[in-house]
Amino acid sequence: MSHDLTRLSASNLAEKLTSGEVSSAEATDAHLNRIEAVEPDVHAFLHVAADAARATAKAIDARRADGEKLGPLAGVPIAIKDVLCTIDMPSTAGSKILEGWVPPYDATVVKRLRAAGLVPLGKTNMDEFAMGSSTEHSAYGPTHNPWDLDRIPGGSGGGSAAAVAAFEAPLALGSDTGGSIRQPAALTGSVGMKPTYGGVSRYGAIALASSLDQVGPVSRTVLDSALLHDVIGGHDPRDSTSLRDEWPSFAAAAREGAATRSLKGLTIGIVKELQGDGFQAGVTQRFQEAVELLTAAGAEVVEVSTPSFEYAISAYYLILPAEASSNLAKFDSVRFGLRVNPVGGGTVEDVMSATREAGFGPEVKRRIILGTYALSAGYYDAYYGSAQKVRTLIQRDFARVFADVDVLVSPSAPTTAFKLGEKLDDPLAMYLNDLTTIPANLAGVPGISLPVGLAPEDGLPVGIQFMAPAREDARLYKLGATLEALLEDKWGHTLLSQAPDLAPQEMFASEEGAV
Amino acid sequence: MAKAELMPYDKAIEMFEPVLGFEVHVELNTKTKMFSDAPNFFGGEPNTNVTPVDLGLPGSLPVVNEQAVKYSISLGLALGCSIAPSSRFARKNYFYPDLAKNYQISQFDEPIAFSGSVEVELPDGRLFTVPIERAHMEEDAGKLTHVGGATGRIQGAEYSLVDYNRAGVPLVEIVTDIIYGAESDAPELAKAYVSTIRDIVVSLGISDAKMERGNLRCDANISLRPRTAPGEPPAKLGTRTETKNVNSLRSVERAIRYEIQRQAAILAKGGTITQETRHWHEDTGETSAGRPKSDADDYRYFPEPDLLPVEPSAELIEELRAALPEAPALRRRRLKADWGFTDLEFQDVVNSGLLNEIVATTAAGASAQSARKWWTGEIARVANVRGVDASSLVSPLHVSELVALVDAGTLTDRLARQVLDGVIEGEGTPDEVVASRGLAVVSDDGALIVAIDEALASQPDVLAKIRDGKVQAAGAVIGAVMKAMKGQADAARVRELVLERANA
Repeated sequence: MSHDLTRLSASNLAEKLTSGEVSSAEATDAHLNRIEAVEPDVHAFLHVAADAARATAKAIDARRADGEKLGPLAGVPIAIKDVLCTIDMPSTAGSKILEGWVPPYDATVVKRLRAAGLVPLGKTNMDEFAMGSSTEHSAYGPTHNPWDLDRIPGGSGGGSAAAVAAFEAPLALGSDTGGSIRQPAALTGSVGMKPTYGGVSRYGAIALASSLDQVGPVSRTVLDSALLHDVIGGHDPRDSTSLRDEWPSFAAAAREGAATRSLKGLTIGIVKELQGDGFQAGVTQRFQEAVELLTAAGAEVVEVSTPSFEYAISAYYLILPAEASSNLAKFDSVRFGLRVNPVGGGTVEDVMSATREAGFGPEVKRRIILGTYALSAGYYDAYYGSAQKVRTLIQRDFARVFADVDVLVSPSAPTTAFKLGEKLDDPLAMYLNDLTTIPANLAGVPGISLPVGLAPEDGLPVGIQFMAPAREDARLYKLGATLEALLEDKWGHTLLSQAPDLAPQEMFASEEGAV
Repeated sequence: MAKAELMPYDKAIEMFEPVLGFEVHVELNTKTKMFSDAPNFFGGEPNTNVTPVDLGLPGSLPVVNEQAVKYSISLGLALGCSIAPSSRFARKNYFYPDLAKNYQISQFDEPIAFSGSVEVELPDGRLFTVPIERAHMEEDAGKLTHVGGATGRIQGAEYSLVDYNRAGVPLVEIVTDIIYGAESDAPELAKAYVSTIRDIVVSLGISDAKMERGNLRCDANISLRPRTAPGEPPAKLGTRTETKNVNSLRSVERAIRYEIQRQAAILAKGGTITQETRHWHEDTGETSAGRPKSDADDYRYFPEPDLLPVEPSAELIEELRAALPEAPALRRRRLKADWGFTDLEFQDVVNSGLLNEIVATTAAGASAQSARKWWTGEIARVANVRGVDASSLVSPLHVSELVALVDAGTLTDRLARQVLDGVIEGEGTPDEVVASRGLAVVSDDGALIVAIDEALASQPDVLAKIRDGKVQAAGAVIGAVMKAMKGQADAARVRELVLERANA
């Protein structure tokens, strides 16, 4: 039974909770058991709040029993990326410098999911301060890809994606600065959405690069991401950059897309610059097959060119480190977090230096140095200034092509999951893995990744990415749900049902739950 | 600290031209802080008026205080500045433990107000126009307390404590352009400039503006350059120092004078001025070296990505412009003319700080001269004795009623002082005090004649002298009558009646 419950999508589980067929306590126990079984292999979590989760689940069950009208996801367990502040759990952003730090407040998105009755299971692993594409830069050890434990799950949100893909949680929260939701989703066969910049509050998300960061959902189905987006989205007066828009129901958009299975009237642009050289053959193959499905469903597919995308990575790796160098200045040991006193004592500057030396990992230091340099007097115009101009050009490229097409499409990542340690000593190779996802962050437009199959050469998941104009998040959920339905019609199953079962001993523990 | 060598002031001015510049920080008295909803209240238990935003906790984000923006626009307009239709916050990055985020949110290349000027009145009445480069919004830092050292300064301290209650208090920094031409009046100009800024923010009601509490802080920049012969181009600007910790108007004046004398002594000997901050010591009347400050300080400014540009509508700006109070300098000039005061009288009023009380008293009906006489005279004297503000003793309305009673002849000045005493003691309005204390002038001739006849009868020799035409002898009788009337009679009327009765 417990095995069964972890295999349900969030929306299916929510239906069973609503009907009273299962309780939140049962669902939560099932996921906690699964976590216990697979965590030694996967290491998706930095913190598991088992007792608190069970207590929350019981409270939700009691409210439901009292006849209270609860939200659509009430009682559904969720994993939270460790970049988000939680008042009852440590929030380290994967860094030693915040080891054990429990914030005195909840991030707005966490507040909202608690208010909606979701059950936080714990905090998920990530590259330190979200700097990385493999989760190998976590100060607490890497997360392993559930499809192949010798491979990375993507990053920075490898923990959230792996937790969902390994059936440890039906839902997770991520944050996406240059692909940290979408790329891990692609590499683990799950679904991840980066909303329009300003669509979801950043208050309480430990900042990497403020002008690029966006919190979003991670799940196994498009509808589940849409349901979670409905819970966390919308204006927050504590975040000045959050939009005041009234948003449509994303879940309704996803349901409509899955029901119609038709793309008549939709024009999709294949981004010329996000394919070809450097893309793994199996990635390209599955991508093209997916595009054929889209055409067959009535979409008009055209190729478009966005020449400025060529400079996106260069601009990104100036803007991000510049903002990060400033955002990370607060980690100085004075008010919170790690404090290292230099041998023989010293001034406050000495303590700050010793703390930052000991508390930050090499990738964080690399980017702080890059960013400090890029903002320095005499270099600002050449680096930060030029990068901002490129950003404007990329935004214009988007605006130009969106005049002709409704949605853009590309592979979510150039390759499938690579081996642990493969790119750790080559930062540039690591950076290049984000070339498909970075443009959306630079322009603030929404992007979604969903699985389109396994690459024939390595049997690992391949993701497709759709991007829409800012504020058109609903369009992505509708289109994503259509493609997902078409693919599952074709396969006769979900992609993740093909993932290795990481805990075969469970087959004996729960005979009645054999799938 | 070795005593710095000083050149006599007159000689310093003879050899060098002082060049000035001021940065005045004004703390705004908004209800909440610049970027958080913590109360804007500095004081109380350390680190209690703080939110995650003020402490720079991970994940926290700033939100601009709308009232602070409005106050800043009003101040910019009062300084004759243009208001930017779009201005931006920037991050000024530097590590210091009183700065929670290790960057200050300030404005850099796009301030909210720019290009203004303010007219300043020197002690001799001459007007001097101080050019304003900009006024920009920013947040205050926390307050460090250095413990264990001899001086309370960071040097020699064992440890330091930090209170973030002040962190995030809204500030407007007003920056002047370079000020030329102050010449020997430089110290007085400095004082008058800061005083004028204080008057402006007080009239706008946007700051408590108490220098001793740090609501208004002045950093005074000064450099000297050698004088050149007539017809020759001026020498290039000298190296400047920036004097901080100047906590009163008087200190501003003294600090500038001191720096002119100190720098002149160094330059005259062929020495060079170090570009640095100087710390003003009120007790010794000296400045001491602070930290070196170079124009190459690199704060790595960049636009604050957590905040949107500030874009006030033209309607809002015009609304605030229409609501501006009369400029304090213009208002003073108008009042002086309206009231017909001499320079001395008006200066007396300005120095007493009772201008607004006198305005209110005249508005209630008193003449300006009477209002001035009471406020700067008896009321100020009592306030001085009691060590309180004159304005707290009595209301302008009651002063105007008192003046009206004197003008009507109901009270003499001497009686009026007693009535004022009653009002100050809380016995009621002047009319009520007159009634309760029985202090009105006796204007009933019948009662006076009875007393006069009695006095004449008891002093027959005096009566004889008066009848002989020795009018000055009447003084003795008048005195007796005034005594009998307990002073509550008009002495002139008594004299008339004495002469009348004696010769009857």
